[in-house]
Amino acid sequence: MKTQLLALSAIVGSVLAAPAVADDYVIDTEGQHAFIQFKIKHLGYSWLLGRFNDFEGNFSYDEANPGNASVEVTIDTASVDTNHAERDKHLRSDDFLNTGEYPEASFVSTRYVPDSDDENEGTLYGNFTLNGVTKEIAIEVEQVGAGEDPWGGFRRGFEGEVDLTLADYNIDYNLGPEAKEVELYLSIEGVRQ
Amino acid sequence: MKEAGCKGYDALMIIIHWISALLVFGLFALGWWMVDLTYYSNWYTTAPWWHKSLGLLVLFITLFRVVWRFVKGTPTIDGSAFEKRAAKLGHLLLYISLLAVVFSGYLISTGEGKPIGFFDWFDVPALPFQIEQQATWAGTIHEYAAYVLVILALGHGVMALKHHFIDKRSTLIRMIKP
Repeated sequence: MKTQLLALSAIVGSVLAAPAVADDYVIDTEGQHAFIQFKIKHLGYSWLLGRFNDFEGNFSYDEANPGNASVEVTIDTASVDTNHAERDKHLRSDDFLNTGEYPEASFVSTRYVPDSDDENEGTLYGNFTLNGVTKEIAIEVEQVGAGEDPWGGFRRGFEGEVDLTLADYNIDYNLGPEAKEVELYLSIEGVRQ
Repeated sequence: MKEAGCKGYDALMIIIHWISALLVFGLFALGWWMVDLTYYSNWYTTAPWWHKSLGLLVLFITLFRVVWRFVKGTPTIDGSAFEKRAAKLGHLLLYISLLAVVFSGYLISTGEGKPIGFFDWFDVPALPFQIEQQATWAGTIHEYAAYVLVILALGHGVMALKHHFIDKRSTLIRMIKP
């Protein structure tokens, strides 16, 4: 009886001590509910907007423990789209994204720090690789929502923003003093697996 | 191409030939120069505008020229059987590379379905379909086809001078006097 109790308490204890299992989500690129956009100043007079059409990724998220969240995204850089054929050709060239040599950009998170005052917001740190250069970046993230979809699945979505300095990634074509940074905006919906 | 059996080209073909020659070498130089323009160059937007408009002009006159060749035929070629074959092959390659350069150029600008402008006069629509990264693929073809065209055109010029000065034939004169 005593040993049985001990065994039982050991099981209960291990269950309690075990970290809650995070759910895995695949970014819904099939249904096209995910967007990776960027904007950069044109001469300092207006914004130029563009996006990457082809990418894939997944994330894991545990509501009970958001700090354990992790994300991985791979972007096909040649799918850059600013709605202008000649510009997109230039962006794919070695003046910018050098997609012949570096067809992929990637982000792999290293840690997620939820805000202390709002657990739906936080900072996602990770290694971002672009044009063959890897740097740690910090994406400001906000959970947009989560819940069952009307088709029997469960979805969770985030948006994120990060400013990148092009020169950090060896992209040094001179677009002028107002266009040294590009703002990346991500809207990502994942379908729980 | 049928041979008309006539001695020379008509005035229209002569004019088109020399305009094409001028445009081919001019556009080659312009294209070579403009791809390295910096963003703040005065020519950053105007050079491509001229390049595209004049390139379309080459496309139009070349299409007309090909049709005209079929309609009117070409003059008989002087020389040995080998020279005749070589001349025909050379001219065929010139036409193929010329059309490849202008058509691939058109495919760059229309790579995402938008039309390309002919001066500020009218737009030429894109094809009804595009392939992924079309502007980049077409750009690579455009570049290499242009090198081939310019080398062929230089060879064409050298051969014309050879026929004129060494062979003492009327080849070059035929392309000057109708």
